[in-house]
Amino acid sequence: MPVLRHGFLLQNLILRDFKIRYRNMSLGVFWSLLNPLVMMGVLTFIFTKIFPSPSIKNFGVFVLCGLVPYNFFAVAWVSGTTSLLNNAALVKRVRMPREIVPVSVVLANGVHFLIQIALLVAFVLGAGYGVNRNWLWLPFVFGMEIIFVCGLSLASSALDVFFRDVRYVVESANTVLFWLVPIFYSFAIIPDQYRTVYQFNPIAAVVMACRLVLLENREPPFSLVWKLAFVSLLALGAGLVIFRRSKAKFADYL
Amino acid sequence: MPPAIEFRKVSKIYYRHPSRAFLHRYLMDKWRRKRKERFYALREVSFELEEGGSLAVVGSNGAGKSTLLSLIAGLSFPDEGEVRVRGRVAGLLELGSGFHPDLTGRENLAVYASLLGLSRTELRRRFDEIVEFSGIGEFLDEPLRTYSAGMILRLAFSVAIHVEAEVMLFDEILAVGDQAFQAACFERIEELRRRGCTFVCVSHAGEILKRICTRALWLDAGRVVREGPVREVLEAYQAASAAQAAAAGRQGG
Repeated sequence: MPVLRHGFLLQNLILRDFKIRYRNMSLGVFWSLLNPLVMMGVLTFIFTKIFPSPSIKNFGVFVLCGLVPYNFFAVAWVSGTTSLLNNAALVKRVRMPREIVPVSVVLANGVHFLIQIALLVAFVLGAGYGVNRNWLWLPFVFGMEIIFVCGLSLASSALDVFFRDVRYVVESANTVLFWLVPIFYSFAIIPDQYRTVYQFNPIAAVVMACRLVLLENREPPFSLVWKLAFVSLLALGAGLVIFRRSKAKFADYL
Repeated sequence: MPPAIEFRKVSKIYYRHPSRAFLHRYLMDKWRRKRKERFYALREVSFELEEGGSLAVVGSNGAGKSTLLSLIAGLSFPDEGEVRVRGRVAGLLELGSGFHPDLTGRENLAVYASLLGLSRTELRRRFDEIVEFSGIGEFLDEPLRTYSAGMILRLAFSVAIHVEAEVMLFDEILAVGDQAFQAACFERIEELRRRGCTFVCVSHAGEILKRICTRALWLDAGRVVREGPVREVLEAYQAASAAQAAAAGRQGG
């Protein structure tokens, strides 16, 4: 990937995004934690007091396992989608592999993702779950999610240059996915005929793997792992193809 | 030796598509079979610039100057003809684009340098030189919003001029800073030229162009009007602009 040869630029763009967001906030990085905590509180209230789900113990930690991967996905995909338009001056006038623009934005969100993962781990340990060797799966699982979002963002950011309504499509897709990813319900209650479909959704797969590893001390099954890897790499490949086919025209449309 | 920059009958076509930005409009245009209106931003432009040469590009607004630069930079591609550029191209980026007011001068410098194509090691090697050239001094670790407009431009220009690519492009960014800083810039440009850098400058500041460039290219509505030694072309261009202004004045008056 040409992006790798421009590591210094990539690093600088990621740091710039990250620093800008936190430089002028007195609470700094803690803002990154506030949103999942609030959502966790609300969902826990609803699904323990209003619609109790007695089969799920430790609902707070359970729901956080869903919120953290979903949040990263939703925010990173939207900001990745608009990245080319937001950086039009750079895209038009800097000679660089233009893939760097959406990828750096997704990776800058990846920094927040890491912070939120740390929060998740703290909650998991706080709730009395122990560290186990299946945790070694986590870097792979989260890495695949980042690859998946990079692929989607490459495609959607390229399309967004030509059709400015792509970002609204992405936002709607995110709203739909909030319900279709098992965030506040368990994979166990999904009827058999839909299970394969769920496994082919990388975000759902990440959430499921995350819960298996963190809450049940179990290895994610191979049927889940290969689908996650397959769809994520496919998204990256397709994203790169779409991006490359359209990037020669970016300068004319921005 | 082959020329550093070579244009052979280069044309660049743009489509006017004011309504293309949204999907439904695009589909409506397709449905109505509306023809896309096209126009030539550049039309059969040919020229050569030898290594170490420096070319001034002049012309009124919309003559195709920026299009020409972006073709040289490899940021867009010709629809007809052929563009050949030897060596690394730098510049073109507007001064200070990518700068952010909340980041310090040092942080902005790193971002801007990497945007202009400096690698980590190159920046490390030239960092002190860049900072010294800019004259920013103790403000280096202050956020950019505390800088004056002149300081920001000086910082950006200092980075741009230390990139040392084989081909350097300047788009309206030559008249920066006070006289002392300008003098330092000219000196630096001279130095780069002695090392064999090739320059292409777009500017309306004729005096600066005469000082820096050896050749000039006069564009009008995408076509080459005249190409040759800088003094000759610029005088012809200035005479034509003056005549045009006078004519406009008579008509208006």
